[in-house]
Amino acid sequence: MKLYRIIALLWRYIYLMKRELGKLSEVFYWPVMDVLIWGFVSIYLDKTNQQLNFFASLFLSGMILWNIFNNTSKSISVSLLDDIWSRNLSNLFASPLNPMEFLTATMFLSLFKIFATLLTTSFIALLFYSFNLFTLGISLWANFINLVIFGWSIGIITSALILRYGTKVEDFAWSMPWLFTPFAAVWYPVSILPGILRMIALILPVSYVFEGMRGVILIKTFLWDKFFWALGLNFIYGILAIWFFHKMFKSVKEKGLLTRNG
Amino acid sequence: MNEIVVEVKNLTKKFGDFIAVDNISFKIKKGEIIGLLGPNGAGKTTTIRMLLNLISPTSGKIIIFDSDLSLHREKILQRINFSSSYTSMDWRLSVMENLIVFAKLYNIPFPKEKIEQLLRRFEIWDLRNQRIASLSSGEATRLNLCKALINDPEILFLDEPTVSLDPYIADKTRRILKEIKKERNLTILYTSHNMPEIEIMCNYLIFLHRGQIIANGNPIEVTKKILTEEKEKPDLEEVFIRIAENKI
Repeated sequence: MKLYRIIALLWRYIYLMKRELGKLSEVFYWPVMDVLIWGFVSIYLDKTNQQLNFFASLFLSGMILWNIFNNTSKSISVSLLDDIWSRNLSNLFASPLNPMEFLTATMFLSLFKIFATLLTTSFIALLFYSFNLFTLGISLWANFINLVIFGWSIGIITSALILRYGTKVEDFAWSMPWLFTPFAAVWYPVSILPGILRMIALILPVSYVFEGMRGVILIKTFLWDKFFWALGLNFIYGILAIWFFHKMFKSVKEKGLLTRNG
Repeated sequence: MNEIVVEVKNLTKKFGDFIAVDNISFKIKKGEIIGLLGPNGAGKTTTIRMLLNLISPTSGKIIIFDSDLSLHREKILQRINFSSSYTSMDWRLSVMENLIVFAKLYNIPFPKEKIEQLLRRFEIWDLRNQRIASLSSGEATRLNLCKALINDPEILFLDEPTVSLDPYIADKTRRILKEIKKERNLTILYTSHNMPEIEIMCNYLIFLHRGQIIANGNPIEVTKKILTEEKEKPDLEEVFIRIAENKI
């Protein structure tokens, strides 16, 4: 793996963002809209129903953290789509660039975007709702790490599917993170879910992240067991995602789809 | 001069039941310009894509610079490049931005100087700040050639490089390619449907038909082999038509 090839791809994304400011909407516009709308809804519910203590904190931190997972995953697969749309994949992979360098560049890019989203949405939450996400302390960063790793895994799996099946499955880039939302228990505890759905939730790292987040807000305790469960599952998903991408990449080269799809 | 830089051994590519390339073998010597010819669907582009490791062969071996391409992909691809009329660069970025990205991918020192030199040589320096989307097909073709030369490749694969150029620019492009070949003893594998161009450019030809090599040699050798009547000069246009009409 060569760092200069990863940096070359990052330059490309920087040029692209400079040329297409609309691309920044996924970093700033949509997450800010989410926080604004659902922040005011949760404040309203807090005021009208005194039994719902911490509703705003739970809802806002859930919204901000969910955006981290959603945007990380999207960022990975949309980066690949950018190359498919511009029919640039043949040029890239006829160079010494290898698939792992390509993925690493998209992962770095997603980190830049996520930090920008996190800082912006946290600032909005502080400004309008006096909610300081950073008071979550170490738990925020522990959850952040787990969400980013799972976002990468799902983004890599989605990219592998797009690489294999082409633009006919391009909507997966946006819809795939939502597939996990009902089971992630972002805004409700896992115990609410009925039998089979709860089983699914328990094999997803994100459900442990959001359970852990509620632990910090409601009982002021960082639940280390939830953190390590999420980290362990992430390790498995990460390995599976990279294996799946390599398998699809090999299949794409055998079927001659790299040049046909991009 | 006789150093073999590319060796293809029993190369086959099947897509399901369809055999795109059928057990072909050939060698390319350093400094040669080889024409890879044949009608549409003959297997030329598939062969070039296998030589670039964009498509995996079903069987056979590709040896470039004495190394197996499937085992030493990165090391080999650093020393070769390609230009194809079937690929494009990111249409949202400018000419300069695209070339900077490729220069960085190949770890070229002083990329801007190298890019300026290439753009001036192909007479598209004035377009450096234009987006790819706004280029004519002829300008985009010349840009593809600049990209192909950015890493000073030792082997260049050109898939119909002059297909969308007007005769004046096509002639100029051929002259530039010949100059570069002479300056650096560059090896070129060239595909084209323009037979007069092949006669000008190539000193050795490989004719493919339905994935198989049906003739190889210099232009007059190939002409004599395919055409039954006696010929004193190469007549690749006629050779091509006979092959395409299945009259051989």
